Amino acid sequence: MSTLSESIPTPDAAQTGETQAGVYDPNDPEGPPPERRFLIAATIFVAYFVVVLLAAKYAPGTAGNIARGMLRESISAQTAAVAIAIIGLNIHFGYTGLLNMGQAGFMMLGAYGFSISIWHGLPMVVGILMGMLAAFVFALILGVPTLKLRGDYLAIVTISAAEILRYIGRLARLEDFSGAAQGIPGSQYREPFTNLSFFGDGTWDGGGWLPELQLTGVNGWWVRFVAWLLVAVCCLLVFLLVRSPWGRLLRGIREDEDAIRSLGKNVFAIKMQALIIGGLFGALGGMLYILPASMQPDAMGRSLTFFCWTALLLGGAATVFGPVMGAVLFFALRIFIQGTSNAVVPDSVMNTSQAAQFAWICVGVTLMLLVIFRPQGILGDKRELRFNV
Amino acid sequence: MLLVPLALVAAGASPASAAETCFAGSAEEGCISGTIRTEVGVVPDVDVHVTGPGGFDETATSDDRGKWSVKVTELGEYTAEVVTETLPKNVGVTGNQGSVTVNITNLTQGKAVTFGIRTGDYSDTVSRSDRVIRSMFSGLRLGLLLALASIGLSLIYGTTGLSNFAHAEQVTMGGMLGFLVVNKWGVNVWIGCFLVVLICASTGYLQDRGIWQPLRRRGLGLAQMMIVTIGLSLALQYMYQYFIAADTVKIVLSDPTPHSVGPVIFNALDIASMLVSIVVISGVGYALLRTRIGRATRAVSDNPALASASGIDVDKVIRLVWTVSAALAGLSGILYSLVIQHGMKWDSGLQILLLLFAAVTLGGLGTAFGALVGSLIIGLVVELAPVFGAPGDLKYASALVILILLLMVRPQGLLGRAERVG
Repeated sequence: MSTLSESIPTPDAAQTGETQAGVYDPNDPEGPPPERRFLIAATIFVAYFVVVLLAAKYAPGTAGNIARGMLRESISAQTAAVAIAIIGLNIHFGYTGLLNMGQAGFMMLGAYGFSISIWHGLPMVVGILMGMLAAFVFALILGVPTLKLRGDYLAIVTISAAEILRYIGRLARLEDFSGAAQGIPGSQYREPFTNLSFFGDGTWDGGGWLPELQLTGVNGWWVRFVAWLLVAVCCLLVFLLVRSPWGRLLRGIREDEDAIRSLGKNVFAIKMQALIIGGLFGALGGMLYILPASMQPDAMGRSLTFFCWTALLLGGAATVFGPVMGAVLFFALRIFIQGTSNAVVPDSVMNTSQAAQFAWICVGVTLMLLVIFRPQGILGDKRELRFNV
Repeated sequence: MLLVPLALVAAGASPASAAETCFAGSAEEGCISGTIRTEVGVVPDVDVHVTGPGGFDETATSDDRGKWSVKVTELGEYTAEVVTETLPKNVGVTGNQGSVTVNITNLTQGKAVTFGIRTGDYSDTVSRSDRVIRSMFSGLRLGLLLALASIGLSLIYGTTGLSNFAHAEQVTMGGMLGFLVVNKWGVNVWIGCFLVVLICASTGYLQDRGIWQPLRRRGLGLAQMMIVTIGLSLALQYMYQYFIAADTVKIVLSDPTPHSVGPVIFNALDIASMLVSIVVISGVGYALLRTRIGRATRAVSDNPALASASGIDVDKVIRLVWTVSAALAGLSGILYSLVIQHGMKWDSGLQILLLLFAAVTLGGLGTAFGALVGSLIIGLVVELAPVFGAPGDLKYASALVILILLLMVRPQGLLGRAERVG
């Protein structure tokens, strides 16, 4: 986190740092200093978990149900998986300013590479490598024609390409290879992973201490543990990457591409590296995403990309912990909206499936409002998101 | 502000669920289902006889939308067969495609069955050249529909620099409102079209007034504004789903009689929609080239600052562009749900958006005439791709492949000006 103030060494910022050393003004348009920001993140996180945990354990009736749903969603391996994909998207958009609207496509390639390989009898390591390789090639194909052009072109091509991938995955002709529209059931590829478990069968119920979460995932705690461990590893990686000279170049490209070019740097190559690295995070997220569930091409469509974007902007782009926080809060809030509107609004006005759709409508509106009124999200720095691509 | 017309859709189109539809998903009950469909449209009231393990023997009948389904509880091989006596006159099965065997290996996964059913007019031995001509006709039809929408998209891009990801939702809105007005309220189709276009135009006007102009004033960056359009598109899409659920919206008029010229089969609707598109597109083209406001629009496209300095009210031009674009998109939508066979769903906008972007980029971002050319090319490519061997849904992929190839050699598009784009 401490890198953020160094990123734009404007005289303005330096001045603020001098005059306001140690004094934090909440109305300061420059936003809180990085240490403070880390503290805010940690406080929000801890407060959120304490409240939800208590509500899940002690709140009666529907409120308790909603809290348990939120808690279940917050610790779920799929949330962790999406968080990793968002960490990748953060490299694209937050640090480099690339408008990748096809992160779900990267996730799907990772997931397909992993599940198809294992389904067809290859070892798990090969599966992981295949997923990564597919995402790598995808990034190359998308990057070569578009990274020299205006940002919109990358957006248009990535969103289309991700959809095309989904069409290909759904092709009935490929049913024996990719499982077509019905996908691949989790039991066909999960075993090599769950066999590594040192949590036994992973169905620990919390020893009566945790609220009754009705966790139904397969080998839940093992998948959950690995997923969140990987989230931590990815955060650390990003932290190190963006502190490196290479990371400073990324920000430089985001702020002023021509300036970096005039320094003799190969902007195209650096953008391509960013696209590939972010895409690899996406692929890893995709593999984790299908582990507790099944490989469904339709689950990784355009909507998933947009959830990633909303969560990223909610947590705060161009921050290390923003993606994780965004993912957890995003999914929990969705459950909260859905559960509450289902409980409060009578069925004649809004039935159960309409409540789910209402939650998605709120997601779209949230995305709009975030960009307009708080582009830096919860943790971000407003100065870092003034760029235009 | 967009809620009002949509609430009306809800009033008309209650989310109807077919009474006997079964869903795969529980561990005890599987589902075999399908749609009885010829190359012209769906066929209701056709019996399908399903036999399977353990003496399973059931008959399902296709509903108004041609859908049929049976519940199964055991794993194994099932055979579904069309009862040919129940098919209407002049409709028959092709070869042995009236009987299909499916293997249920997992009850939670439903199996879809497709039969080969054709009308008597269809002969299996259509020569390749006839199929090419036929596809070119439907390609032209699709291309004109796309052109209506993509001209607006391109004008918005030209005057404001914004790639509007919610533009296809405007198209869907046209289709949904058209369905409501024409099919549910029984308004005459011409008046209905006019009404829908009017409502859509007003949504465009209000959108610019309520969202885009304030954002321009705030000086929000284009990338950020683009993300706002994505949020809007997401919200609109789920709003449609909220009201129509998983239904397909297709405006059905009383039985248009098919005509044929050479190998091409068409009905009056096809011709009417193509004529309307051509007239409207020519009108827009004329306005852009010859009228004062059209010239002002092009001036803003070229250089907003200069246009503003020479006395053009840029905000007014942009508002007009939003209004006209939304109206054109709405018209495209209502025509789409009139003539395109598979109708419209809540998320049809996605597929349409990809085609629109391909068309606009192909023609050159920001050029109205480029959008027209691009749309016609994309329409033709999409419809011709299956003739040359692209399987099913991949016909949409062919449009994208062309787009990527073109970006490599000519990033400014076919009619765009050669300037540094990046």
